[in-house]
Amino acid sequence: MKLTRRATILAAMGTAFVAVLPMRATAAADAAIADFTGGAAPGANGITLTAPEIAENGNTVPIEVSAPGATEIRVYAAGNPTPDVATFLFGPLAAAQMASTRIRLAGTQHVVAVAKMADGSFAEVRQEVKVTIGGCGG
Amino acid sequence: MKTYAFAALIGAVAMTPAWADEEADLVVNGDLEITVRAPAPDHVPMSEVLSGWVFRSDETQALQMDDFDNPGMIFVDDAIETWSTVEGNAGESCQSCHGDPEKMAGVRPVYPKWNEEAGEVRTLAMQVNDCRETRMEAEPWGYTSGDMANMEALLASVSRGLPINVATDGPVADAWALGEELYYTRTGQLELSCANCHEDNYGNNIRADHLSQGQINGFPTYRLKNAKLNTVHARFKGCVRDTRAETFSAGSPEFVALELYVASRGNGLGVEGPSVRN
Amino acid sequence: MAENVTPRVRVPSEASAGEAITIKTLISHLMESGQRKDSDGNVIPRAIINRFVVDFNGENVIDVALAPAISTNPFFEFQAFVPESGTFNFTWYDDDGSVYEESKEITVA
Repeated sequence: MKLTRRATILAAMGTAFVAVLPMRATAAADAAIADFTGGAAPGANGITLTAPEIAENGNTVPIEVSAPGATEIRVYAAGNPTPDVATFLFGPLAAAQMASTRIRLAGTQHVVAVAKMADGSFAEVRQEVKVTIGGCGG
Repeated sequence: MKTYAFAALIGAVAMTPAWADEEADLVVNGDLEITVRAPAPDHVPMSEVLSGWVFRSDETQALQMDDFDNPGMIFVDDAIETWSTVEGNAGESCQSCHGDPEKMAGVRPVYPKWNEEAGEVRTLAMQVNDCRETRMEAEPWGYTSGDMANMEALLASVSRGLPINVATDGPVADAWALGEELYYTRTGQLELSCANCHEDNYGNNIRADHLSQGQINGFPTYRLKNAKLNTVHARFKGCVRDTRAETFSAGSPEFVALELYVASRGNGLGVEGPSVRN
Repeated sequence: MAENVTPRVRVPSEASAGEAITIKTLISHLMESGQRKDSDGNVIPRAIINRFVVDFNGENVIDVALAPAISTNPFFEFQAFVPESGTFNFTWYDDDGSVYEESKEITVA
């Protein structure tokens, strides 16, 4: 393909279009998290969230959460129409306070995991997942 | 102008880092090795043929490496039940003629194939429906229906790892030639042929999608996009529609010919169905 | 009851006492989110599995609340202690009131 001036400009526009994917409002997620923590500021240690940096399709995004010693982990998708994703309550026979699942993300956004520890404190981790759009929408 | 539009599409994600592990090997359940790279058959003007699996992200690749993680296997289970279920006026099931599904190993890799009695090229779906109508005296399934996709997934699953090996000459020569012509014919308002994306630009990105060679050794395929099994002809329809053209219908002589030709471009790749794609 | 709902679970058949084992579960379910519209523009009502519980010999391993953001064909992987031989019970609760159950025996050597 001959790279004409017009083709180059159009290619650059295409790049710009992808680069400015909208970051959605996270107010609903923040409210849900505050509801869970009772307004307490969560710490940043003791919880990990494993999610792809780029998801090939937002319909099925694999994630894993782990918070050793937690009694409960909640997962939120800050940019979804409703932020709740899942709540994991760990019983006495849970060998680890971890779980993997597959979730839906309506677009590029932050996934947030908040753990409630046995001592009543909270820990939070958030990661951005870029959700890509298929080639032809097909 | 079409060229510019395409340049914009390709350019859109030229900046995206290479995220697929194109060097990875596909091993299912720790012991079933499936060929995802093979020397190109003589009739394919590329050095190597590559399964769509190698173009996918690590996460998507992983879903196909364990049958429990592969949601497509749900539908194989459904088809196993159907396999032994008597249906139709003849009082027969698939099982009553063919025995266990595993006995069908080796069938998927050679389809589409010539049926001498009928004097036509038959896809697996056509053969399944012929069995249903002629031998079981049951209603045929819709060509791209869930029942059909499930049965195709079962038939593929028992042939996993076997190399695709469809005929290109002899009685299928005419259909194969028609398929080849269709593969290189530009369609739609975007004036794109199969080859424009899958031969000229595989490995490049089209917007955020990593273009594959469009091989069909992995069909039927569980797509994350719609969370169900997708058949070859449904995929063909989607692709042709995306060129903004009126498409041929599923099961049409044109798509049967195209399936034969596209399958032959993957001769040597392992059967993967049900595969997992984005 | 939603159509074609089939639970699948993977549990090792044997373990040593106190060993942590990995369990995977997958259930075929559409998980209709309540966000989609049909071709006439009407909202398709939400219809999901909203809770998933795993117990071993009557003691809880994990109790999950699912929102519509869980993908079609819900998958979970987690770890459990197996103090003695016994039975894992898996229960999925559907919005429509249906309950889907599966169980697996495990032998502690």
